[in-house]
Amino acid sequence: MGRAYSTIAFDPAKCDGCGDCMTACAQAKTGTDDVARSRIQIYGREKDFELALCRQCADPKCVTVCPAGALNKDGTTGVIGWDASKCVDCLLCTVGCAYAGIALDETAGHVSKCDTCDGNPACVPACPHGALKYITTANIYNEVGDWEDLFAPGLAGCQGCNTELLMRHTLRRVGPDTVLATPPGCVPGMGSVGFNGTTGTKIPVFHPLLTNTAAMLAGIKRQYKRVGREVQALAIAGDGGASDVGFQSLSGAAERGEQMLFMVVDNEGYMNTGMQRSSCTPYGAWTSTTPVGETSRGKTQDAKNLPLIMVNHRCAYVATASTAYMEDLYEKLDKAILASKTGFAYLHVYSPCTTGWRFPSNLNMEVARKAVETNFVMLWEYTPQEGLHFTKSVDNPLPVTEYLKAMGRFRHLAPEQVEHIQKKVVENQKFVERMTEHAHVG
Amino acid sequence: MDRAIEHTKYLIAGSSHAALEAINAIRMHDAEGPITVVTRDSHLPYSPTVLPYVVSGKSAPARIFLRDEDFFARNKVSYRPESALKALHAEENTAELADGSSIVYEKLLLATGASPAIPPIPGIDTVSYHVLRTLDDALKLRGAIGASKQAVVLGAGLVGMHAAENLVKAGASVTIVEMSDQLTSGYFDKVAADMIEQAFRDAGAKIMTGSRVVRLEPSAAGAKLTLENGTTLEADLLLVATGVKPEMAYLNGSGVEHQQGILVDDRMQTTAANVWAAGDCAQARGFFTGTPVMNAILPDATIQGRVAGMAMAGDPGMQDYAGGVPLNTYHFFGRHAISVGSSKVPEGGEVVTRFDEQTGRYLKAIFTADGCLSGIFGVNEFFDGGVMAQLILRRIDLTPLRERFVANPLAVGREIMSQTWR
Repeated sequence: MGRAYSTIAFDPAKCDGCGDCMTACAQAKTGTDDVARSRIQIYGREKDFELALCRQCADPKCVTVCPAGALNKDGTTGVIGWDASKCVDCLLCTVGCAYAGIALDETAGHVSKCDTCDGNPACVPACPHGALKYITTANIYNEVGDWEDLFAPGLAGCQGCNTELLMRHTLRRVGPDTVLATPPGCVPGMGSVGFNGTTGTKIPVFHPLLTNTAAMLAGIKRQYKRVGREVQALAIAGDGGASDVGFQSLSGAAERGEQMLFMVVDNEGYMNTGMQRSSCTPYGAWTSTTPVGETSRGKTQDAKNLPLIMVNHRCAYVATASTAYMEDLYEKLDKAILASKTGFAYLHVYSPCTTGWRFPSNLNMEVARKAVETNFVMLWEYTPQEGLHFTKSVDNPLPVTEYLKAMGRFRHLAPEQVEHIQKKVVENQKFVERMTEHAHVG
Repeated sequence: MDRAIEHTKYLIAGSSHAALEAINAIRMHDAEGPITVVTRDSHLPYSPTVLPYVVSGKSAPARIFLRDEDFFARNKVSYRPESALKALHAEENTAELADGSSIVYEKLLLATGASPAIPPIPGIDTVSYHVLRTLDDALKLRGAIGASKQAVVLGAGLVGMHAAENLVKAGASVTIVEMSDQLTSGYFDKVAADMIEQAFRDAGAKIMTGSRVVRLEPSAAGAKLTLENGTTLEADLLLVATGVKPEMAYLNGSGVEHQQGILVDDRMQTTAANVWAAGDCAQARGFFTGTPVMNAILPDATIQGRVAGMAMAGDPGMQDYAGGVPLNTYHFFGRHAISVGSSKVPEGGEVVTRFDEQTGRYLKAIFTADGCLSGIFGVNEFFDGGVMAQLILRRIDLTPLRERFVANPLAVGREIMSQTWR
């Protein structure tokens, strides 16, 4: 399996074109202050600075066009190395690269390119504005990739749905000593309970009613405890199963502090059965039971804020998460698993529904990201000890229209409806902010 | 069916850039399908482009290989050197090899490259001469260079010029004989060619452009050349570098259509079912002409090889070939020349040049009538050829930036590149 590599990331919004990175590179690589010889080059005038730097491509064209075998991608570090003893100075690599990542150093008379200073790039600490970062992109996959995928290959999900990502990664994280409950919803629909007498998971899975998921899982967990076996009790439920008919058993289990992790995949409706509204469906949204017509303009009530209700159960852990912020999600998953060893852990993950929300299947992450960037969805976590705090800043949000216009279910909105939603977003933000202010040691 | 006949899913004839890229592309999509590579060469894959440096001694022959044995093992490729394609029976999906064996394929890639084109000069078969296309050619030429006192290089393309420079540096008296009026025609314009010519003259080489050899005969030194104007030249080393011709003799009777090269569509497919072609043997659509052209250059071979490999494997991510764009770099006596795009000025187009006698920097940029770049040529003026090729391929309107662009194609090209890529 491929590995995620470290790379130099550039944030043009933070760059003011000072050129300190180029000086640092020139000094480190040529022992001079000649910025023309720097392997990182900043371009642009006044604002909108641009970068020419080797991207250490996964599929490097400079390597394919080198006639001398002088360029090679190192499988361990991901860096494309240049072998001076093989190079014939033909410059064909500069013709192959479309990013100006390898260029002629006219003073040296050879091509030169970034080698990331063997993993300690001189340019990064030289940037006074934090515009350069040396990061391992998607480093969680390095770790997770080695764990066993506990879901069967092949799923019956809609194209572009992020629930497969959630299921596979969550199961990998909790590991094989797990009992999984998946009440009616998209997760069983995608295959967790299987087809033709086989389950879709490589761990025990059962299919409770919408109404009794938390209760059944609590009983199973207690029975395992009684016989002395340590298992992870995990529920993956939809928002309908959790916030509507399943709420009574969920609330009861939380109140009793049952030792389990209850994950809600919130797609804001009964998407598996034909896109009916749920209590998590937001105001104004089209669903098949809140249609848009001559008089009806989508849902007329605001969504229930289920995770905040769970905070009021004083659960061992409550958090909201989004697949657009996987590192954040992973940290919360770790904390939730740990909390579920001693109490009730609740993780609420937003899951844009390509089919029910009506947006192109390639835009799932973009919609998820816009939800967070507009504060339509806020990312936070709560423990009784630490109280509630945001894990992603809610300052300077985009207008909510940036989120609404990304999908079809809000296309019909009248200006006053948009105004209502924007007001609600601000109100929710203030409400949660007040809770963070009241965060205190309990 | 004869049980002794070997079967393979992907048969690749040839082992250089186009073939290697096709292997990569196939393996991206089909991890298991058997691949067999048959090649005329007796070595591991190498690039013809590196051979002048083998001749000069800059590249150690043992270190020029583009892949090792392990590459083929790792990618489940059966690599068969010294087994050139001899005849193709496309209607039977069968290839006949030089070693007498046959292979039945499901899909075939013809990436057989080119061979030196030997001009039909009377008497050429009575003298011994060098060519430079294979590693064996290079090793032979390298062995002969040291002893040469008066060498003649026939043809002033990049291969001939590279070899001539090596001969000059080795101490021989060198004469370059070229039929057309300038050196490196087809790659560089008259101004650039004059700069190249001056560098060679300064180093002591003799240049005879506009000269046609009409007779060759053996002499005490080695060979005697007679030019059209009656001049004669003696050569103890004669290198024939008058261009290349695609390797495609195996096509006779195969039904695969060919003109100057093997005709392919934008997916590198030939006119025969299950047969693709890429690289120096292929004649694919030219970006500027829209008609099939020969564009026998390394970067294009890799692009065509990739398209062919993806098409053969049925990769849905394949994009049609954008069309061939000439791309050349040339390094001579410590100086460099780069040419990207067409040297032909399009109708209504405009040419901008600048030349600095002090630094010897020369730049010529050609723009189309609607303001897009169609060609850029530089001597001692470095710019990113890859970025320029993208500006051309994407037909980016440079009108608002033209002045700045011509003044500094390196920086302005990169600026535009970044904005386009974001």
